[in-house]
Amino acid sequence: MHALTRNGVRIDDTFAEAFDMRATGIVITAPTVRWARQAAITATGFASSIIGCGVEAGIDADLPGDVTPDGRPGVRVLLFAGSTTELQKQLVGRVGQCVLTSPGSACYAGLGGDEALRMGDGLRYFGDGWQISKRFADRHVWRIPVMDGEFVCEGSTGLTKGAVGGGNLILMGHSADATLHAAEAAVGAMNAVPDVIMPFPGGIVLSGSKVGSKYQGLMASTNHAYCPTLRGATPSELDADTAAVLEIVIDGLTPASVAAAMRAGLAAAVALGPDAGAARIGAGNYGGKLGRHHFHLRELL
Amino acid sequence: MIRFTLRAPPDQRLDLSPLVPDRLTGLDQGTIERIGVSTTRAALCVGDVFTVRLGDPAGIAFDGGSERFDNLGEALSAGEIIVEGDVGQFAGRRMGGGRLEIRGDAGGWAASGMRGGRIEILGRAGERLGGPAAGELAGMAGGIVVVRGSVGERAGDRLRRGLIVVEGDAAGWAGSRMIAGTLVVCGTAGALPGYLMRRGTLLLGRAETLSPTFVPTGGPAKVFLRLLAAELRQLSEPAAGLAAAPLQRLMGDMATLGLGEMLLPSGHG
Repeated sequence: MHALTRNGVRIDDTFAEAFDMRATGIVITAPTVRWARQAAITATGFASSIIGCGVEAGIDADLPGDVTPDGRPGVRVLLFAGSTTELQKQLVGRVGQCVLTSPGSACYAGLGGDEALRMGDGLRYFGDGWQISKRFADRHVWRIPVMDGEFVCEGSTGLTKGAVGGGNLILMGHSADATLHAAEAAVGAMNAVPDVIMPFPGGIVLSGSKVGSKYQGLMASTNHAYCPTLRGATPSELDADTAAVLEIVIDGLTPASVAAAMRAGLAAAVALGPDAGAARIGAGNYGGKLGRHHFHLRELL
Repeated sequence: MIRFTLRAPPDQRLDLSPLVPDRLTGLDQGTIERIGVSTTRAALCVGDVFTVRLGDPAGIAFDGGSERFDNLGEALSAGEIIVEGDVGQFAGRRMGGGRLEIRGDAGGWAASGMRGGRIEILGRAGERLGGPAAGELAGMAGGIVVVRGSVGERAGDRLRRGLIVVEGDAAGWAGSRMIAGTLVVCGTAGALPGYLMRRGTLLLGRAETLSPTFVPTGGPAKVFLRLLAAELRQLSEPAAGLAAAPLQRLMGDMATLGLGEMLLPSGHG
């Protein structure tokens, strides 16, 4: 299984299995970076996994004023879901409840493409008849009167059906601290890769799951093969020297962006070595039967 | 580029609507020269008025103009028309795309019924720029018009969608009966700008007399103005500068729907 070793870190000869998803992007701007980020953080709250949240969302990048539509600091947010219907519902709900409500905010399309999702076109009714439609050369916005002036929201944003969800790395270390250190370094490197998000808290998953459960009606349950404390009681994937495991899940607008993020994360974790970081790095899959995107770790080193 | 060179000032008004790329594509020189352009009983065809030099019909140039050149660029959908001179009424009428550049003055009703594309008039434009023709309910419904000079009365009359930028002054009733869209006048607007406007945006450098049916709403929302200034920057520096200046906002015309806005420099009486 440990086919490769890099900088003393064992790399499993395995692959991350990822799935097709629907995705969209939005650009949130505000008078300051702090408030653009605040709106984005609120809008991407409770959006770690489609298993329970309906959508996986996160911040792709901070945008300086010279690249945003209104010249103010902004943040690009990406949202991923299993169906267009769910993505549409989550988009309007989150922009309406979390961006529209955030001081000084405005919201624009963050993704192009032929297909579109309604955004301001749905939220405009909040204006109760006072909303103003404005069409510019490259965008159509709604101006909705709010208590600090106007909330400007683009009518629609793009939809991609070629997005990929579920790229992942599993980091195994000699201690919880070292494993977290490796995960933080990997997420830090991945954050610099465009068009991807790591939707879990700080990009890191503590409770990796498997499909199904002994309990009826539970879709997912703890991935017991990766739980160190069950090592003797159940078939385990872990080595004797593994004390803690953390996973990083990556959603990207394209397979190439997911691969780029995994490559960056692997490099950052490997650079720490087995004592300060992860002693072993693997990836999660279902034997290749469920997802059509396979990211082999050996090809990403 | 097909080039039409004016032989002599025409002795009657001309209907130049056939001389657009769509209608000239595939025609030979003789056929083009036989196209009728007269508007009186005295028949005139293209060859009587212009010397014609054939070329790629995606571009059309007129060397020499006249205030009798009516309907020039009518229903232009793609390509480019450049006029070295003046044009008459209804320039760019019902235009859907492409680009029309008039390096002189335009008569009344330029851009009437326009739906898309871009018109640039380097000189002045006459009355009812972008306005509806007789019997029509709405005026210009899309596209961009930039006039470097001044314009006549009722510029943007019944404007429904699109952007009109006037770098000079506008005579009375600019933006009258506007349905929506944006009209920018960098200079002074004459009497009662926005007369009976329903929705839409009027951005004015100065207004001669304001209707009492416009009510001040305080400072305008800045995000929209940033977007507008960014759009204007590609069309007209004076207009972009105006959008970026401190502005006051009024809503009106309260004599009708009252959802329109008029933006004027702060401190404007």
